[in-house]
Amino acid sequence: MEAAHAVTFAALGSHLLVGLSRAMILFIVSSGLSFVLGVLRVPNVAHGSLYMIGAFSAYTVFTAVGGQTGFWLALVLAPLVVAAVSFVAERSLFCRLYEREHLMLLLFTFALMLILDDLVKIIWGADYRSIMAPDYFKGSVNIFGSSFPKYNLFLLAAGPVVAVGLWLFTNRTKIGKIARAAAVDREMVGAVGINVSWVFAFAFVLGCFLAGLGGALVAPTVSITLGMDHDIIIEAFLIVTIGGLGNMWGAMVGSLIFGITQSFGVLLWPQFAIVFPYAAVVIVLLARPTGLLKSVW
Amino acid sequence: MADTNKKTLLLSTVLFIALLVVPAILPRFYTYIIASIFVTALLAMSLNLVVGYGGLYQFHHCAFYGVSAYTVALLITKAHVPYWVAFGAGPIAGAIVGYLIGWFCVRLSKLYFGMLQISLGSLIWALAFRWYSLTGGDDGIHGIPVPDFISSTKSSYYFILIVLTISLILMYIIIKSPCGTTLQATRDNPERCEAVGINVRKHQLVALVISTFFAGVSGVLYVILEQSVFPDLLFWVLSLEVFIMCLLGGWFTFAGPIIGAAMMVSLRTFVGVYTEYWTLVLGVLLILLIFFLPEGIMGFFLEKFGAKAPTEDHGGQH
Repeated sequence: MEAAHAVTFAALGSHLLVGLSRAMILFIVSSGLSFVLGVLRVPNVAHGSLYMIGAFSAYTVFTAVGGQTGFWLALVLAPLVVAAVSFVAERSLFCRLYEREHLMLLLFTFALMLILDDLVKIIWGADYRSIMAPDYFKGSVNIFGSSFPKYNLFLLAAGPVVAVGLWLFTNRTKIGKIARAAAVDREMVGAVGINVSWVFAFAFVLGCFLAGLGGALVAPTVSITLGMDHDIIIEAFLIVTIGGLGNMWGAMVGSLIFGITQSFGVLLWPQFAIVFPYAAVVIVLLARPTGLLKSVW
Repeated sequence: MADTNKKTLLLSTVLFIALLVVPAILPRFYTYIIASIFVTALLAMSLNLVVGYGGLYQFHHCAFYGVSAYTVALLITKAHVPYWVAFGAGPIAGAIVGYLIGWFCVRLSKLYFGMLQISLGSLIWALAFRWYSLTGGDDGIHGIPVPDFISSTKSSYYFILIVLTISLILMYIIIKSPCGTTLQATRDNPERCEAVGINVRKHQLVALVISTFFAGVSGVLYVILEQSVFPDLLFWVLSLEVFIMCLLGGWFTFAGPIIGAAMMVSLRTFVGVYTEYWTLVLGVLLILLIFFLPEGIMGFFLEKFGAKAPTEDHGGQH
């Protein structure tokens, strides 16, 4: 163990905050994955690619408009671009497969991932890109006696806003309630005369929108590049699994576990920080094989 | 049925003889490509043992393949043990890790099984990726020495072909054995199997160990062919790719995964020559397959030429 770092209260606090803000990005992405999984029962392998498209679209909007307006416009437009892409994919091809063997749906999302990844390479190329947050998000503030980037505070606020928004949406609006009902019993939803295919389309697009939003939000903190989809998709899958399939609050709990173990891993044993969240997932799955919270299935 | 069996046997023998003369006719590059198809095909076949015949969601099969390849590489380069000991240790290491991970996984069902396996497999990947002093991190280990008589492309081709053939025969025998047929029964109706006194989990675990052993054999062959290892061998993307090979070729047929592996490797090689966007081509091809050949390529031909109707319900509800 490389415990050369003085594990002080300040270091703990700042790692906790970094872990929390990472958890918020993970939550936004994995709640989208969870929503699709809950309603369509398909593990959408292309979810990570859509997250990457969100980040690249944010880059394009930001460089076209620039400055503070560019940043906010990117945050609004990038998820909409992703939603549009997923809508086209869903209505043109995916919706024709709902009656088919389940693994075929998985295979389709894999094919979609391959196609989208190469389209990103064709459109944006293999260079590293980055965008800048507005001036008031630059620099850092002092919390617990250690500096903490301001943009991460913004992320800390964005996560709960999305969570509450999603909760209001699925509990207070008609379409949201229908989607939740379809997750539990799709035959019954069809039987009362609702067009299930459109409910699925809606759920798929909403889930992908969240992937795009996650990609746009993370854009100022990372270098935007090909391959950024590979890590996030596996993390999102694990989060959804330990949280309970299709359960939005489960995605929140899972993200917190994942984000915090990751940042404390950096503190405890930097070289193998990456191991900690995976180990946490193993422990959770062994203790509660079907996830921490109730699965919607 | 006996007639079809005879035909298949004849066809396999002809194919085997044809493959024996390949290195004499084709240039070295093609020999290498076919050898790498063999390695991938054995990996896909070993996965199909649990996915196609066992109905298990083996989502991180490459973990075992990579563990074996790394075991061989480390034993040769760091411990300097004799080659044959290292080659033997690879599959055994794969099977041991397979047993350890499988012991936990068979307690869970379907998607949870797959997810637990992905996280345990990712742990191994993370170790190989970060443990620079031992594994060389993301650079991997290069220039692994192999015995002289299998160091050229041609000689390694023959060695790989022979090991592949023996492995395929063994796998075929296992599938047709009582244990193999019981495994297929647990795939089709686990509740009834449990009711008549079959230990479903035990059969699944045995299948997993056998499958990971053959994945390990494939890992050893990889080291012999490439003489290098790197962490991508353990990465989940490769596992997904192998999973797709099984689906592509037809995962309820014995030879399907070989066809899938051959397609995937040749696509990557030959389309990759013309365009760097070969995954785009693969994606479009996959979508065409999903819409037009849902039983996979092999399944399609079997159905078309009436050898055997593909099974209808194969426990893939979720």
